[in-house]
Amino acid sequence: MIGTPGRATAVALLGLTGRLVDIEAALTNQKPGLKLVGLPDAALREAQVRVRSAIEHSGFEMPSRHLTVNLSPAALPKHGSAFDLGIAVAVLVTQGVIAPAAVDGVVHLGELGLDGRLRPVPGVLPSVLAARANGRRTVVVPTANEAEASLVSGVRVVAVPSLRELAIAHGAELESVPVEPVPDRAVAAGEPPAPELAEVVGNPEAVEAMLVAAAGAHHVLLVGPPGAGKTMLAARLPGLLPDLDESAALEATCVASLAGEAVPGGLRRRPPWQAPHHTATAAAIVGGGSSWIRPGAAARASGGVLFLDEAPEFSAAALDALRQPLESGEITVERAAVTARFPGRFQLVMAANPCPCGQFGSVDGACTCPAASRRRYLDRLSGPLLDRVDIRLRVDRVSAAQLRLRDERPGLDTASARARVLAARERAVARLTGTPWRVNGEVPGPWWRAGDRRLPPDVRQPLDLALERGTLTMRGYDRTLRLAWTVADLAGVVRPGRRELGTALTLRGAVR
Amino acid sequence: MLRVVSTKDDLGRLGEQLAADHLMRLGWRILDRNWRCPAGEIDIVALDDGELVVVEVKTRRSRAFGDPLEGVTDAKLTRLCVLAGAWRRAHPAVRFATSRIDLVGVLVPVRAPASIDHLRAAA
Repeated sequence: MIGTPGRATAVALLGLTGRLVDIEAALTNQKPGLKLVGLPDAALREAQVRVRSAIEHSGFEMPSRHLTVNLSPAALPKHGSAFDLGIAVAVLVTQGVIAPAAVDGVVHLGELGLDGRLRPVPGVLPSVLAARANGRRTVVVPTANEAEASLVSGVRVVAVPSLRELAIAHGAELESVPVEPVPDRAVAAGEPPAPELAEVVGNPEAVEAMLVAAAGAHHVLLVGPPGAGKTMLAARLPGLLPDLDESAALEATCVASLAGEAVPGGLRRRPPWQAPHHTATAAAIVGGGSSWIRPGAAARASGGVLFLDEAPEFSAAALDALRQPLESGEITVERAAVTARFPGRFQLVMAANPCPCGQFGSVDGACTCPAASRRRYLDRLSGPLLDRVDIRLRVDRVSAAQLRLRDERPGLDTASARARVLAARERAVARLTGTPWRVNGEVPGPWWRAGDRRLPPDVRQPLDLALERGTLTMRGYDRTLRLAWTVADLAGVVRPGRRELGTALTLRGAVR
Repeated sequence: MLRVVSTKDDLGRLGEQLAADHLMRLGWRILDRNWRCPAGEIDIVALDDGELVVVEVKTRRSRAFGDPLEGVTDAKLTRLCVLAGAWRRAHPAVRFATSRIDLVGVLVPVRAPASIDHLRAAA
């Protein structure tokens, strides 16, 4: 061996969990070359080529002996190009360009271009959080990732445009060569404003149902013919939800960063909205991949709304993959080598036609489906999945009369609807003080039947009757009770009365 | 075009001469140069304190196309091992304890002194 090995630190991400990775570069007495070991994936293995070119184009020379670069812990799979910078720094330390003391305790993240400039990488936010959690106080990132890395407090962020500038920042005595920093990935021109609730014509019960859904974080199934406005209603739900709190915003921003989206202008405060197409696979919904596990639509919707349009058209595997996050609020993706965890606290909204032709039950069209295929259609939504959906609502097409009526009496607008939702949520939080829950939708059934939540028998009567008749299961009973409390919160009454219970029974619906 | 030496072969020969000078400065005894057999050619065979060394010399004008030593491919290293065996069989009278293969990279820039990079025990 020649000289002492150079060291640098980077971060390997598994889901949102980051682990520090030690990069060692050592020269051995063999003919020149660069060999990368420590379970790199294809993108990372190509770092050998990028690092070499970047070093030579930054005014340094590759050593004339063999370099072995080891990423440890060696058994941890590593993916992506964010290790480039750490590898290059370890090589420059080996050659004495950078002093070992200068990079001690510093985490390096970034992809190298062949010209030695630094390119932005996905997952900077969770990586910097992991660095802080592991006691590192300085993180070097590409200029394009500076804003994202700076979202983490208590960490000194050093943003550099190129490898050469980094070497200078670490104390190498070189002349600075100004370069144009690589810009961040294209940002979608601002987030489009949430669609306005007042645009919804007619369907006042459906609008009210969306308010209840927003107030109690209840999952929703909307059934109705094409053109009834199911998608329109669902798209307005995120606008009704309150802003994300600090930890939810951080989580949502981390997932977006990990998914490779640019994260401009601070944390994401508005609840996300994801509407995967019905051809999506289970891996696209919950996340997947072999060594590098990408967050799926459900993870990207965490804190917001996951909308499945034409829900029965989704594959059974994709739909049932949602059961675990619906149960635990967390998505776990298991692969042979790794397990990744993502947040999965999304609100599920499904839309479905009542039958393959879509006309069943509508007043202005005749259904042409055979009874058997009609029955089979909604059966594609499995029982365990539907069990978790509190609100099951029938939505019908708007008639000309409703359109005329709407001109005279405009509907509820998003801002005042959100204010009502916020007030309802505050009431729920006050009631749930001392419990692990924050919204009614999270609270299990038995809790509502215990203590002073017990409703007087005369109020409970329609519910008890439905249970006796067998039109309501015990689980349905609990769900309806839970909905009734949200309806009461929204109405501003202390506890649900017969009226709220009636509304809840309607929302619980008889879709099937 | 300005050239100290005119052709690629001349450059190679210059490099080999510089390498041989370097080895003699180290006190090695040069046994053979440009030894040929049907399997190929050995640039230099020398004795380093009782160890037989087969030396491959690679000469370049600059590092623009990589280090001179990078020009020695793995296939070439394998062939050098074969050639070393062939040389030993052709010279049974030479006494040595062990043998190894060294690489010498020679950089001959147009307007700067030449430099020599000696990699011991490459195979």
